Amino acid sequence: MNNDNNTIIDLPDQATARIPQPNFISKENGLMSWLLTGDHKRIAILYLISITFFFFIGGALAGLIRLELLTPQADLMATDTYNKVFTMHGIIMIFLFLVPSVPATLGNFFIPMMIGAKDLALPKVNLLSWYLYMTGGILALYAMITGGVDTGWTFTTPLSTHYVNTNVITTGFAIFVAGFSSIFTGLNFIVTIHKMRAPGMTWFRLPLFVWAHYAASILMVLGTPVLAIAIVLVMLERAFGIGVFDPAKGGDPLLFQHLFWFYSHPAVYIMILPGMGVISEVISTFSRKRIFGYTAVAFSSVAIAVFGFFVWAHHMFIMGISNYAVLVFSLLTMLVAVPSAIKIFNWTFTLYKGSITFETPMLYAFGFMGLFTIGGMTGVFLGASGTDIHLTETYFIVAHFHFVMVGGMLMAFLAGIHFWWPKMTGRMYPEKISQLAAVVTFIGFNLTFFPQFILGVLGMPRRYASYPPEFQVLNVFSTAGATILGVGYLLPVLYLIWSLKYGAIAGSNPWQATGLEWQTQSPPLTENFVVMPVMDHEAYDYEWLESQKAKEVASAG
Amino acid sequence: MPDNSAIAHGAQESVSAANNANGANSAHPEHPPYLRHHFESVEQQADTTNFAMWLFLLTEVMFFGGLFTAYLIYRNWYYPAFVAGSHQLNVIWGTLNTVVLIGSSFTMAMGVWCAETRRRNGLVLCLSLTFVLGLCFLGIKSIEYHEKWEKHHVPGAHYSLQSFVDPQSDPEVFKEYHDKALMPDMARHTEIYFSLYFAMTGMHALHMIIGIGILAFMIYRARAGAYTSGHVTFVENFGLYWHFVDIIWIYLFALLYLISRHQ
Repeated sequence: MNNDNNTIIDLPDQATARIPQPNFISKENGLMSWLLTGDHKRIAILYLISITFFFFIGGALAGLIRLELLTPQADLMATDTYNKVFTMHGIIMIFLFLVPSVPATLGNFFIPMMIGAKDLALPKVNLLSWYLYMTGGILALYAMITGGVDTGWTFTTPLSTHYVNTNVITTGFAIFVAGFSSIFTGLNFIVTIHKMRAPGMTWFRLPLFVWAHYAASILMVLGTPVLAIAIVLVMLERAFGIGVFDPAKGGDPLLFQHLFWFYSHPAVYIMILPGMGVISEVISTFSRKRIFGYTAVAFSSVAIAVFGFFVWAHHMFIMGISNYAVLVFSLLTMLVAVPSAIKIFNWTFTLYKGSITFETPMLYAFGFMGLFTIGGMTGVFLGASGTDIHLTETYFIVAHFHFVMVGGMLMAFLAGIHFWWPKMTGRMYPEKISQLAAVVTFIGFNLTFFPQFILGVLGMPRRYASYPPEFQVLNVFSTAGATILGVGYLLPVLYLIWSLKYGAIAGSNPWQATGLEWQTQSPPLTENFVVMPVMDHEAYDYEWLESQKAKEVASAG
Repeated sequence: MPDNSAIAHGAQESVSAANNANGANSAHPEHPPYLRHHFESVEQQADTTNFAMWLFLLTEVMFFGGLFTAYLIYRNWYYPAFVAGSHQLNVIWGTLNTVVLIGSSFTMAMGVWCAETRRRNGLVLCLSLTFVLGLCFLGIKSIEYHEKWEKHHVPGAHYSLQSFVDPQSDPEVFKEYHDKALMPDMARHTEIYFSLYFAMTGMHALHMIIGIGILAFMIYRARAGAYTSGHVTFVENFGLYWHFVDIIWIYLFALLYLISRHQ
């Protein structure tokens, strides 16, 4: 162990090291061995490739939006094209990237390994969920190519049911199908975490990554069906004019919003909770300390999930819900800040007196902590009903949401991808350039979205292709930042692909991390472990890890 | 160990299984062929799939929950329209369908018992009866739907308020309930009632159709003896699904047909 260095990376001797054979990648070859696989690790890789594909489509659309907003006039595209572009950006990024991002890739890959299981409980359902995801994704792309949809990603009625004539039904069906993929993923995680743990792996020895996914899975399982039925009703309304959301027939458009946000608010916790799980793992590993207040962090995930179900009406403060409802939902919304703050404080206390090193995942994790804190605190501004009336439907909301989702979740996703890349592929990514990418992402992100807070406070409304000329300077900053951000996201794709062939051989535990997934070869066997592991220590027990190493040396010597 | 009760399912068996695995690596001749490779024991496998099925039913509860919420809100808002709409439903067909469905649940339960006690012919018979009763239910439902179609009570362009603004034009229903005429702006809300009627019973019928499809598959497999050699999880879990669909119907029957009957 290189204690004298400022790094914890512990690689095998590159002259003699080889990728262990067999492993889950080399075990079978051919396209069908991937398309019909039951192996959670292979399905995770399938998911990783497909969500990256959709991320770059969504990112290209974001680029178009920022380019249009470079100038005050609507000059790059027609205004209704602009509406379609931001709608598809939202739909692709939320339903096809953020919701499945960490759970379907890292969660799928590592939950069974972390709890010492050979696979998820329901491998076929897991594969089915990928096919549903792809069906939904392709349908959404089909809808986009054949004319697009311009309702905004929220499908707000009666706009979506009566006033637009775009591909609402196709897109709605795409989301319906993709939703079932999410339900099946969540269901699989809950069942797996309950029933498949290795001997000795009690609930309070689970890595916090698993706790976070458990909480997110509860939201997926309970929330997504409500979105499904809300979208079915919109489709029926459009196809047959059934009138449930049609004020002309006595229906209430607000009911749609209640049903929609009953899913879509918890959905933001579906997106962020798995990211928080990643951050817990990364912070602990790179400060060589057990997470401070493990139990509090574990329960704060569950608390976020529970509170998350009772805040949905804060999306409707200006839409005619009663004052009493505003009061109650405002209070409940602010309560969510408590468990979120518990996490941030506990991660900070974990860093305190830790042996901190600054590998790429840790840089992304620091980015997450800062940006998520800003994103979360501005959420409190929006939860307060008074300020919300001023700030809602402005760029302040856009900035808040992107701070949490892009600054938070995407940073966590990248932290996780870098952190577990050696485990997934058996090879290291190049450290220096990836540190550069993390810094570029952080700078680009702040330059893109911080000006939007100011724009929002000044009153620039969201979802318009044109704006008053006095907002141009800040918009130019934002567009310039988006360009830098784009470079920051492109870099990892390039060097991670490069590393598949040329990266250093990682060995089984390059970070000296404690999780069970690190105690087996990389890339792992199809069955994950040679012998079923028995968990005989607490999570994040670095002394246990030292004693294991000492034992190895003794037996080898 | 701080939390003994929370140790993963089958921890003791697993330890011994792991020890066995240490000695004689792969060969487990005592394992039945239906034990998937990633489970330690048949009990763990059955327990796991069973739990997954219950969770899936929970998502179904949430799915129908959205519809029930809409129904309860609109019923409170447009009470007279919902009463008048409900009077248009045929309680006799509804009751018959309830009996048919409960009967099918009984045959399904018997089917699970047959599978557990390894009676192949009994299982095939029970599943076939369930299949037939399921089709009966859909047949009766389609008679009811047809009646609504003829009376122009299907929401959309052809919807007609005739039966509600002028109840006497609909002598059969009028004879039974003596409904007063609704004012036109309340009468038009009956369309919401029928929208929800079709959405809820339609979603329920969709679940029935999926169930009947799976039943056909199961009958085919059961004839080959698939579920009567000890591996009954699939039949059990399908039974749960079938009973769940039945329970949804009980609620639909009460809310759509019954509670407005004597108003």
